[in-house]
Amino acid sequence: MTAALRFDPIRLPEKCEQLRKEVRAFLAEEIAAGTFDPHAPNREDNDAPEFSRRVGAKGWLGMTWPKKYGGQERSFLERYVVTEEMRVANAPTRRFFVADRQSGPVLLKYAPEHIKMDILPRICRGEVCFAIGMSEPNSGSDLFAAKTRATKTDDGYLINGTKIWTSSAHIADYMIAIFRTSPPTKENRRHGLTQFLVKMKQPGIQVNPIGQITGQFEFNEVVFTDYFVPDDHVLGEVDGAWKQATSELAYERSGPERFLETYYVLTELVRAVGKNPDTRSAEGIGRLVAQVHTMRRMSVSVAGMLQAGKEPVVEASIVKDIGTVWEQQLPHRVRDLAAFVEETATNRETLEKQLDFAIKTAPKLTIQGGTTEVLRGIIARGLGLR
Amino acid sequence: MAESENIVAETAEKIFADLADAQTINHDKQGAWKAPLWQALTEAGLPLSWVPDDLGGSGASLAEGFSVLNVAGRHAIAVPLAETMLAGWLLTQARIASPDGEMTVLPASPKDRITLNADGSLSGRARGVPFAKDAKHFAVLADGNGSISIALVDAAKCRIESGVGLGGDHNDTVTLDKVQPAAIKPAPKGFDQTTLMLMGGVVRSLQIAGALEAMLDISVRYSNERVAFEKKISKFQAVQHNLARLAGESAAALAAATSAADTIASANSLNNDAVFLEAASAKIRCSEAAEKGGGIAHQVHGAIGFTNEHILHRYSLRALAWRDDFGSESYWAVELGKLVAIRGADELWPLVASR
Repeated sequence: MTAALRFDPIRLPEKCEQLRKEVRAFLAEEIAAGTFDPHAPNREDNDAPEFSRRVGAKGWLGMTWPKKYGGQERSFLERYVVTEEMRVANAPTRRFFVADRQSGPVLLKYAPEHIKMDILPRICRGEVCFAIGMSEPNSGSDLFAAKTRATKTDDGYLINGTKIWTSSAHIADYMIAIFRTSPPTKENRRHGLTQFLVKMKQPGIQVNPIGQITGQFEFNEVVFTDYFVPDDHVLGEVDGAWKQATSELAYERSGPERFLETYYVLTELVRAVGKNPDTRSAEGIGRLVAQVHTMRRMSVSVAGMLQAGKEPVVEASIVKDIGTVWEQQLPHRVRDLAAFVEETATNRETLEKQLDFAIKTAPKLTIQGGTTEVLRGIIARGLGLR
Repeated sequence: MAESENIVAETAEKIFADLADAQTINHDKQGAWKAPLWQALTEAGLPLSWVPDDLGGSGASLAEGFSVLNVAGRHAIAVPLAETMLAGWLLTQARIASPDGEMTVLPASPKDRITLNADGSLSGRARGVPFAKDAKHFAVLADGNGSISIALVDAAKCRIESGVGLGGDHNDTVTLDKVQPAAIKPAPKGFDQTTLMLMGGVVRSLQIAGALEAMLDISVRYSNERVAFEKKISKFQAVQHNLARLAGESAAALAAATSAADTIASANSLNNDAVFLEAASAKIRCSEAAEKGGGIAHQVHGAIGFTNEHILHRYSLRALAWRDDFGSESYWAVELGKLVAIRGADELWPLVASR
């Protein structure tokens, strides 16, 4: 067999189910207290700093990290459960999610000790927000094309250039960004990029919001003008960020957030259809449930591989490709099925509002975190085609 | 996969590789390869994998048997291995000993019923029964007298109208007209036609997943051989992206099918929501994957894959045919949708997350 793709049927251990109960109870309390509305889609520009601190106080941020940095030394599978319960409840996770999923692990791997001791415990307490600076105008998924320069000075670097599509930059305390420290070489187009920890809210950085078709303000353009980064804020190898950035993406590509982003419309459809669906509605719901179940089984399987210390780059890319295409189509399939829902369904207005938002959100789902085309290229390489 | 599953699956893999090479059997229209293959499978104890020693079988675990079915799917074989395994499993539920030789299961569709008459005979009609014409015995699930029974029936006593399925295998209509069974016993408590259909559906899901793995494999290989416009077609981005989608469908089918098989292999009872969700989902998702994945495999192969001479149709057509056995994806989608609706909106996520 050419393609030894395996998705073993990993089951979440019992302690995950106990944790799931705790998360559900916590979220129920938050909903009762009016922190957020589970029936309102998770507007990503809804910032909830206090909620973030309470999640941190529960020990649910940096869960897999060493205790000396404020972590809990728990498993990826436990983190998985917390992530999916937050996602399904439409909890406002914007402030902490990127730091917990991606930025923290990068710091753990590449930051000097004093920076780890400073920042990681604050992430775990839910106090800091991170942004990711990869895309630039005219680069996007083509990371090689990044031009924003980091020029060496006596005790650091001066940054000049522009990052774009940077989610949360307007509220972020830090950004982990890649900048060009050398030109690419003839032999290696990937050479010359370096990863930096950037402190936001400093002179030399200007954040310009970019409105989205959903009505949200989540994206930003971030302009650097002679912005100074000290030497100890270099993360990892100078000129060698390419490999660091790609391994970071495996975490970004297979989690429950990659197929559950529009899930709320399915719940609301089931509510609108009621206990005695006609054949058409029943069939439509049954197919969607079979699909989401399958996606989740694949995603849990990849979480199991990460837990086992593997690097499932191709498998994670498959989960992201299928998952995001699915969550993108979901609002449209739900719309098809909702066409015959009784006008008197008690949640009809909620469902319509959700569909409106989900249909507007859908186009971005197959773009963020690596476009479908880039992912299919990675899968093709895994199949030995390139 | 546990070590013992590996050994059983490797045995099956070796037999198929030696005696059921796709290219060879594709050119042998008389089917001379079937008898030696069946003999080798029987000698290895594979057709009665799920039958314990004391009932005439080889007593493999459910998990081991499921791994054999995935291998069988990868070879898209045209002998009733899966059907005999399923029949042996059904008979074992009622502690009826399995005879030697090919068997299949009645009914194979959720809509057909076989009835146990007051005089102990069986009547009814079962359509779309795979390999009925090739079977010496049928394992039959019947209802009557207010209970469910499992019976062993001599195929010679039934009327069989030949049919051929999409994959070119026998797919027959079997009529029982007051047939006296060779053996009959009550089904275990809670075992009903839905249980049989769920198990049959998982068997077919594993075979579909296996066929998709094979289709991915031969499509990737072909794309690295075939040259068009002066380069290998595997170097065209559009072809690469299609193959990436095929890999996704193959992976989804394998994940759904093995998850369902694992659920059944470790379940105390087959009569619960977890088994229902997993088995129904596997049949739905694998059937969808057969359509999408098979379509891509043919697209990659161009006209050559559409010919009798090429092996692709062995896999693509059987995967499509297997969608129909033991409840189509439409059937299971309706049943799953009804279950979800009855439980209500707020119970959907807990159901999904329970797996």
